[in-house]
Amino acid sequence: MSGQAGMLGVFDGVDALIVAIEKLRGAGLKRLVVYSPAPDHSIEHALHQGPSPVRLFTLVGGLTGAAAGFALPTWVSLDWPLVTGGKPIISLPAWVIIGFEMTVLIGALSTVLGLFVLARLPYRKPLVIYDPSFSTDRYGIHVAPPAERVAEARSILRDAGALEVRENVQEVARASA
Amino acid sequence: MATVIRSETHPGIESYGNVNRDVLRLLEKPGRGYFTLLGVVLAVLAAAVFAFGSMVVLGIGLTGLTSPVGWGVFITTFVFWVGIAHSGTLISAVLYLFRARWRQSIYRAAEAMTVFAVLTAGLFPIIHLGRPWVFYYLLPLPNQRQLWPNFRGPLLWDVFAIGTYLTVSATFFLVGMIPDVAAARDATTVKWRKQLYTLLSFGWRGTNDEWRHFTRAYLYLAAFATPLVLSVHSVVSWDFAVSIVPGWHTTIFAPYFVAGAIFSGLAMVVTIVIPIRKIFRLEAYFTPRHFDAMSKLILVTGMIVFFAYGSEYFIAWYSVETPERAAFWNRAFGDYWWATWIMLTCNGIIPMMLWSKKVRTNIAALFTITIFINIGMWFERYVIIITSLAREYEPWQWRSYMPSWVEMTILAGSFAWFLMWFLLFLRILPAVSVAELKEVLPPPLRLRRGTKTGAQEA
Repeated sequence: MSGQAGMLGVFDGVDALIVAIEKLRGAGLKRLVVYSPAPDHSIEHALHQGPSPVRLFTLVGGLTGAAAGFALPTWVSLDWPLVTGGKPIISLPAWVIIGFEMTVLIGALSTVLGLFVLARLPYRKPLVIYDPSFSTDRYGIHVAPPAERVAEARSILRDAGALEVRENVQEVARASA
Repeated sequence: MATVIRSETHPGIESYGNVNRDVLRLLEKPGRGYFTLLGVVLAVLAAAVFAFGSMVVLGIGLTGLTSPVGWGVFITTFVFWVGIAHSGTLISAVLYLFRARWRQSIYRAAEAMTVFAVLTAGLFPIIHLGRPWVFYYLLPLPNQRQLWPNFRGPLLWDVFAIGTYLTVSATFFLVGMIPDVAAARDATTVKWRKQLYTLLSFGWRGTNDEWRHFTRAYLYLAAFATPLVLSVHSVVSWDFAVSIVPGWHTTIFAPYFVAGAIFSGLAMVVTIVIPIRKIFRLEAYFTPRHFDAMSKLILVTGMIVFFAYGSEYFIAWYSVETPERAAFWNRAFGDYWWATWIMLTCNGIIPMMLWSKKVRTNIAALFTITIFINIGMWFERYVIIITSLAREYEPWQWRSYMPSWVEMTILAGSFAWFLMWFLLFLRILPAVSVAELKEVLPPPLRLRRGTKTGAQEA
């Protein structure tokens, strides 16, 4: 993008929001950031979002955990081979429990890591391109059109029923930072 | 003015705005009653800390534990609290995967209960140690002779199971709360709250990308938590079942313990939610429908537990093993007959009242029944642990056990410790999920024509 100041449209209904998303996308303005108080499938459909790649983190983490869960007891048992209770040094049935718990532990933690990496959390900039009502019942669209299309984007947001359209939000962001 | 569309599961909640208003109201400055209760709780906790301190200084001779009963009230209480933890994960993860549409309002409190119950349970193996300051012997670390702990022993499995459970349930709890903490952050004007919520919300803005990854990550966390909840109490049950003590050495223990855990945990959720509902006037959020559904779950798990009791007695008789038969005869008619009959009455007979829909939707009756279940489930573990150890194979070893004041004070302290966390949670973090409730409410629409957008049905 050209570093052009973006605009933030605020909506009070998901229906109007979706109309605006579709029109903006139809006009070729596809880089949108949509704010909503709750996850909503209709917004996802309007934005044509694919499934989140967080599942890769889950899979890799889970497999790593399983491998670690079998490797750790095997290694420490071979490190000092001591027969207890007449059981084999590598007692796989007992390792299954460690393997399972480690699968869950590492898999879950790496899923959370995936969430933070992919959703770019924690978000540390000041919350300016934002409105506190987005966590209650308002929706928002942030769009940063090139200079010659600012008027067009503004009218799309207005026509779709935006309560207000805040312009130059990035300028404001910089000023208050 | 068009008609307002209501949610099927929460018809009393009118709009998204109401959810924020009602839930975040809990985060206002608490009144005198709250601080009084917190003070009482802290006083009991202080007594327990004193009891524990005396035990550390003077030794475990202060407890009633002696040969052959080496596991007493501490281990009983450990198993009790691990069990309590289970229903939180059931409600937050298992019912999430089953898409139970009534769980949204109740799951946050249940999940908090899970985390705090595991925090409580985790203390007890350490309190129980003769030398609690060397608790790190439990960890998979080599000792000074490079000898590692024995991975074939169930006590080490327990460390992995409980450690994983605490970590994963706390993660699930804190991650699931991010959008709600963000809502609290946007609403509060108190400085320390603003700072705390800014920290815990990780700068959440509710953008489409954040939601996309969040909902998926939540799904996978739920998928991990579901088998985890089944595994944890199975592993706890193997602490007993892997030994050869009569009354412990049975294959039914894993499913029996898991069912018992969920049974007791659900009862505890109901016990806790009823006063919250009353005090904070959240009747629109915890409806009779919720209590009806919870009661049915309690009834189902209670029936499984009752069946397991019967099965244990049957197998003891059917095995023609003298020690096994004697152990079960002793449970019902020996020194601890009173504990066994408390357990059977509270867990087996009283919950049968839940067959009646009138009882299931009667809040006062439900509250009483769940308290009986909590008592019964503590006694279940007491019966299993103490009667079995007190009468093992050799009669010259037999000796009865009675808990000392130290153990009973620490038992009381465990409730205080749990309640302390819960009380702090109630006034500091959003106790009802704001964002997830909105998922089952009709979304705000610009043009209210009474038509569905498909959003709430998808």
